[in-house]
Amino acid sequence: MSEVLLLRGGVVVDRSGERRADVVVRDGVVAAVGPDVATGVAGTELDCSGAYVMPGFVDLFSGVGEPADPSVETIESATRAAALAGCTAVLVGVDPSAPLDSPAALHHLRALAAGASCAVVPSAALTMGAAGERLVPMAQLADLGVRVFGDPGGVADPTVLRRAMAYAADLGVVVALDPVDPVLAGGGHLHEGPWSSLLGIAGIPAEAEELGVGRALALALRTGVRLHLRRLSTAASLGMVAAARRAGLDLTAEVTAAHALFVDADCAAFDPAFKLEPPLRPAADRDAVAAALRSGVVDALVSGHMPASAVAKNVPFAEAAFGAATLPWYSATVFSPVECPPARAVALLAEGPARIADLTDRQGGPVVAGRPANLTVFDPEAVWAAGPETAVSRTATTPFAGRTLRGRARHTLLDGTAVVICSEAQR
Amino acid sequence: MRHLLGVRGLDRDDLVHLLDLTASFRAVNARPIPKVPALQGRTVATLFFEDSTRTRLSFETAAKRLSADTLSFSVGTSSVKKGESLRDTARTVEAMGVDAIVLRHSASGAPHRLAGWVDAAVVNAGDGWHEHPTQALLDAFTLRERFGTLDGLRVAIVGDIAHSRVARSNVWALHTLGAEVTLVAPRTLLPPDTSAWPVRVTDDLDDVLRTVDVVYLLRMQFERQGAPLVPSLAEYVERFGLTRERAERLGPSTVVMHPGPMNQGVEIAPEVADDPRCLVLDQVANGVSVRMAVLFRLLGAGPLQNAGGGGDV
Repeated sequence: MSEVLLLRGGVVVDRSGERRADVVVRDGVVAAVGPDVATGVAGTELDCSGAYVMPGFVDLFSGVGEPADPSVETIESATRAAALAGCTAVLVGVDPSAPLDSPAALHHLRALAAGASCAVVPSAALTMGAAGERLVPMAQLADLGVRVFGDPGGVADPTVLRRAMAYAADLGVVVALDPVDPVLAGGGHLHEGPWSSLLGIAGIPAEAEELGVGRALALALRTGVRLHLRRLSTAASLGMVAAARRAGLDLTAEVTAAHALFVDADCAAFDPAFKLEPPLRPAADRDAVAAALRSGVVDALVSGHMPASAVAKNVPFAEAAFGAATLPWYSATVFSPVECPPARAVALLAEGPARIADLTDRQGGPVVAGRPANLTVFDPEAVWAAGPETAVSRTATTPFAGRTLRGRARHTLLDGTAVVICSEAQR
Repeated sequence: MRHLLGVRGLDRDDLVHLLDLTASFRAVNARPIPKVPALQGRTVATLFFEDSTRTRLSFETAAKRLSADTLSFSVGTSSVKKGESLRDTARTVEAMGVDAIVLRHSASGAPHRLAGWVDAAVVNAGDGWHEHPTQALLDAFTLRERFGTLDGLRVAIVGDIAHSRVARSNVWALHTLGAEVTLVAPRTLLPPDTSAWPVRVTDDLDDVLRTVDVVYLLRMQFERQGAPLVPSLAEYVERFGLTRERAERLGPSTVVMHPGPMNQGVEIAPEVADDPRCLVLDQVANGVSVRMAVLFRLLGAGPLQNAGGGGDV
């Protein structure tokens, strides 16, 4: 990896702020950062004018299909989509159909991830088969490098959840929960409210999530576990998180781009592209999600990428699978419509998620000499169309279809290699 | 109008036109040979993914009286049992050359999805809890026949509104035609949020009955509710059943309606069901005329020939 890359003309943004600076990348690491450091250096030029040079993004929620259903998505296609979004790492293991619960499954995943367009970080289930009963061999998996544990869809039995949290607390690993009360949410297909009422479809009440948050907070408080709350979507959930944090709980939280952008009314035409988990909420909740991104109540903006096959979506709304492709477009929402300042965008897309998943040795910045060159050059003014033509996923069903986005990853550097140049995938 | 997917979104002119057409076809149906060549050469397919012999027969009769050919497809006898999707089934049927597909489906919005997949006109014959537009049209027609107009008519819809496609269609049809609608139910049988609906909501049936022109009772499917939404049938009847005692307090011109089939002794007492003020049989009789109007509106080219009588078409 002796290639030298010269990132010229951009504005470097990391936790220490913004500064106009060029970046020289050599042998996989950042060699120099500063005005004119690239002058007179031989290497491949990457134009960064009008763009931010940021730590590479880390997506904490990427459904990759493999090994459960490669027809929906593969690690290859998902990581290419991630790289195009500016990601240099994705946390996988969130697919309910393929819970990672053994060292063998971990080794298999790592073998599949060789040569991917970004780092593939495994998260494991909390219980075997995500069935909510027996704990996974958490210590064995932690020894093999797994830092985040959580059952896709949550743990129904609070006894099991409390036990899992206590065990995880000893190991210092993160318990990541989809906060939902499965009984109250059961049988629902979209947010319970005016639109579920008009459309005559069983709803998922906001309280189903809020009970899940309350339960997780109560149990985490006593066990002292590192708790991460996934995919929060209601104003009251975010309020509980803010209050718990003020009370000193060791807690992090994420929201998805879709929940900062879309609302339950988008389901009015019965289009299953808008059938997501958690369900899209009314405008007041959507606005609370966007506000929480700006204010710092949440630590990470995630894709919530959970592609579903055409077969699972070409059916009536109530029969359709939850989830859609979002990975290629999620990072664009941080500037528009969410309107985060650049430093906040770095916190949400790179630094925060890297900290949550214990990846700070290689991911999340800062952009300084000696650090691994996992970088994203992001053009905040690029205007482009979301939709099947920019989908890299194997399945194109997405709520972003037909949306015009502002802000796009221009170049993505993975360990010093340009995997995306001028918004074109190189792998 | 390319499809009839629901009543919500139709304006007053659309509804009045359909009711006027219905009047024309009712005149046709009163003839010794109740048949017109209006849709000769056209094919209407009925796709029923839920059992409803009455509605299917009503649509097929309507199509035949318009001289259309009919194709009938129901779950019990089809490849749907073998896992074929709605989309594939509909496209297969369309490939046989159909001009309209009449769809009954247990999933709300299934007709809306179907309309995006096929070129044929789609008629919603009931989708989940969402809408049942031809039922609402025949109810509106029945009321217009009885009262002359729906303007200012006070209608109470009583019972399990939450799970009723009939209620959802009727709210919009009645409101758009000028009626004042009150929903009467315990909160457990109401949709979670009706703030956007043009209705008044109460759980006091006796109060409503003092001032109402129409009592529209919904079928109470207590046995189908996995976890009952009211404590007991007896308590439901006590609070929301149209008992003989309650019926005696109704005004002389007040009428009672029900989409059928009735649970006599639950939402309606047997004596009330047999009372001349109960319009259930008129509702059924008007079903064929309404469905003729809908099929003609969607498939008929040019002015109505040979229908005679009634409305201005």
